[in-house]
Amino acid sequence: MEATLFYILAAVLLTGTLLAITARQAVRSIVYLVTSFFALALMFYLLGAPLIAAFEVIIYAGAIMVLFLFVIMMLELESPEKLPQPHFTNWLPALLLAGAVVGSLVVLLCSRLRAVPPGFVEIPVRQFAFALFKQYGVAVEVVSMQLLFALVGALYLGRRR
Amino acid sequence: MTWTATDIALMLGKIVLLYAIILTGAAYLVLAERRILGFIQDRIGPNRVGPLGLLQPLADVIKMLTKEDMIPTAADRLLFSLAPAMAAIPAILTFAIIPLGAPVQLFGRQVHLQIADLNVGVLFFMALSSIAVYGVALGGWASNSKYALLGSIRGLSQLISYELSMGLSLVPVVMLAKSLSLADIVNAQAEMPFIVYQPVAFAIFLVSILAECRRIPFDLPEAEGELVAGFHTEYSGMRFGLFFVGEYINIISLGSLASLFFLGGWRGPLLPPVLWFFIKVGLFSFLFIWVRGTLPRLRYDQLMHLGWKFLTPLALLNILVTGWWLALR
Repeated sequence: MEATLFYILAAVLLTGTLLAITARQAVRSIVYLVTSFFALALMFYLLGAPLIAAFEVIIYAGAIMVLFLFVIMMLELESPEKLPQPHFTNWLPALLLAGAVVGSLVVLLCSRLRAVPPGFVEIPVRQFAFALFKQYGVAVEVVSMQLLFALVGALYLGRRR
Repeated sequence: MTWTATDIALMLGKIVLLYAIILTGAAYLVLAERRILGFIQDRIGPNRVGPLGLLQPLADVIKMLTKEDMIPTAADRLLFSLAPAMAAIPAILTFAIIPLGAPVQLFGRQVHLQIADLNVGVLFFMALSSIAVYGVALGGWASNSKYALLGSIRGLSQLISYELSMGLSLVPVVMLAKSLSLADIVNAQAEMPFIVYQPVAFAIFLVSILAECRRIPFDLPEAEGELVAGFHTEYSGMRFGLFFVGEYINIISLGSLASLFFLGGWRGPLLPPVLWFFIKVGLFSFLFIWVRGTLPRLRYDQLMHLGWKFLTPLALLNILVTGWWLALR
């Protein structure tokens, strides 16, 4: 049951992402990307992390992509611009990174480590909260300070004009 | 967990029954609104189709289905046809987590009157309400019309702004119930409904859900005086019908959530629990119609000021005070 659901979700996720990067219109690619975020959220749920699944939809699909959509709607891109073909030197870093990812995937597939889904064990919110704010409390605070710095920096850059 | 045939049959039965309740409820809410608005405006309202006009929703559906389905030539066909569904589906999905009543004994087993008791129920509702934004945004954008685009940009910014105060007003409820599951939140109100402890959160939530429904006094996305019909200007036939029904389903689902979070859900003396739940939801629906009949529309800057400079800080302050009170108690 879980395996079947996983493969359906994986197919939706990959198709959605592929369509998102090949779509000619920015608004359509947002819709495809939201679909794949949804599939990803369900996958998190399948792995027993309902809280992460909910945050995936609320933050990524519901906040960040809506912001993108807002900007694109305001820009009013009539027809997609024809960009010149990127030069080989621009391709190189992307190729290197993609090669690293594909290489590690091949290594993982060849090794005897089997990725076994843990079965459906739902982690309660309470346990998650204790881990986040007690066990890793300092790290969470550091990250939130960093976000605050970024926020203040963005405000400063925006205000300067 | 293994599912027996009885479990699956029960689940299917619950889903079908819930669909019937939602769709009938939404159809008759339209009729109720027209009759009550008629009463407020000192006229009769629709009373010709069937006794007391009770068959009017049926006639409306037949009209919607037989009307011509127009798609503007300049529209993005895919997104244009997808948008109405994206507006209606999140509203319907919200009912999956709403407990309609106390667990009952059926076929020798305990049946919960709820499709799924998620342990992140409140967050599930927040996720769905943030997804509902896409219906408004894409509907207006895909129509390729300036009125529709203006309406959807307004709708987008309004929904994002009020989602924030809505979410923040629910934090004290979660703090009091010590759970994100809706069944637990209802159980935590066994002695006293949360409206007694949290009148401020209730007021913020009520204003925010009025804005989330995009109804008067917050109906700027479809303000008919200036934007024809806002984001659904170009829609006709059943596609318009989906936007329309979605709005009324939204009223019912947000009314149900307000009664779950603040009025104790299905809890109440004497009457059976399911009946109490329907009474509370009915009261909220009536309030929505009453507000529509009596209040004027806000100006756009007033709308944004109310959301960002009044409701959100107030909700944050309310969380602080609640935390303080819980710590000192």
